[in-house]
Amino acid sequence: MTDLSLYILDITMNSVRAGAKNISVTLEEEKGLLTFKVTDNGCGMTADQVEKLSNPFFTTRTTRKVGLGIPFLRMLAEQTGGGVDIASRSEKEYADHGTTVTATFHSDHIDFVPLGDLVETIITLIQGSPDVDFLYRHISDKGVDVRMDTAEMRAILGDDIPLNSFEVLSFIRGFLEDQYAQK
Amino acid sequence: MKTLAELAAIREQMKDKVAIRTGSGEVRVVVGMATCGITAGARPVLNAFVEEVANQGLADTVKVTQTGCIGICQYEPVVEIYEDGKEKVTYVKMTADKAKEVVAKHLKGGAPVAEYLIGNI
Repeated sequence: MTDLSLYILDITMNSVRAGAKNISVTLEEEKGLLTFKVTDNGCGMTADQVEKLSNPFFTTRTTRKVGLGIPFLRMLAEQTGGGVDIASRSEKEYADHGTTVTATFHSDHIDFVPLGDLVETIITLIQGSPDVDFLYRHISDKGVDVRMDTAEMRAILGDDIPLNSFEVLSFIRGFLEDQYAQK
Repeated sequence: MKTLAELAAIREQMKDKVAIRTGSGEVRVVVGMATCGITAGARPVLNAFVEEVANQGLADTVKVTQTGCIGICQYEPVVEIYEDGKEKVTYVKMTADKAKEVVAKHLKGGAPVAEYLIGNI
């Protein structure tokens, strides 16, 4: 993967596939340290599954025998001197289940990748999961201050207009791009 | 600067259209968006389909959706097209430009683009 926005899309897709109804994606940049965090209320994982997660030969899917999402993220984070932390509560054990993945990167490290097109990643997530509520937040000490909450949009649109209709997606793209242009 | 207030206007414009959209004989475009797909460039392919389907006025009949790993990772980005009464069509090693061509020739014109099909690449 060539930029961080693709990693974010890939990792957040795990939350979608875990059946989450609420997913929060945050990016915080401060003094050369970038923290990416995704929190969901999906089915979660047991301690045993979390432990196996960074092994590329562990996957729950049946279409292939490898799972590279988390190993890719971990490799990128660690090669910049950062790391990945995963906290999860399985629905088998907890009523308030879900997963939080936190990745830190030293964004000034030579092995870090560009941020890429974050707006396109958010649009892609909403396009694929119009019924999930996404909260997106990106702040940086260089003046970026972007916030988007699909629950607020849903409240205005009502239940009969899906968030992934083209008109709405186009609005959200502009809404995010305008906020990025403000900095 | 766009504000959420614009959504209320979008809602007004769309109220009547939504009723028409549901229940029509549908074509489904399914883009593989697992790690293998994303790494190979599925995101711009998906968004090219979404945009081009809308631009060509096909949004009422063509639904663009995402799926996980289809199992042929070496051919990603993979796009499957399902149409009522027809066999599934599988496009492989897609790009945004190829996606636009598929929308014009296949979804609008009715003839699959043979050179991008799985048997021919």
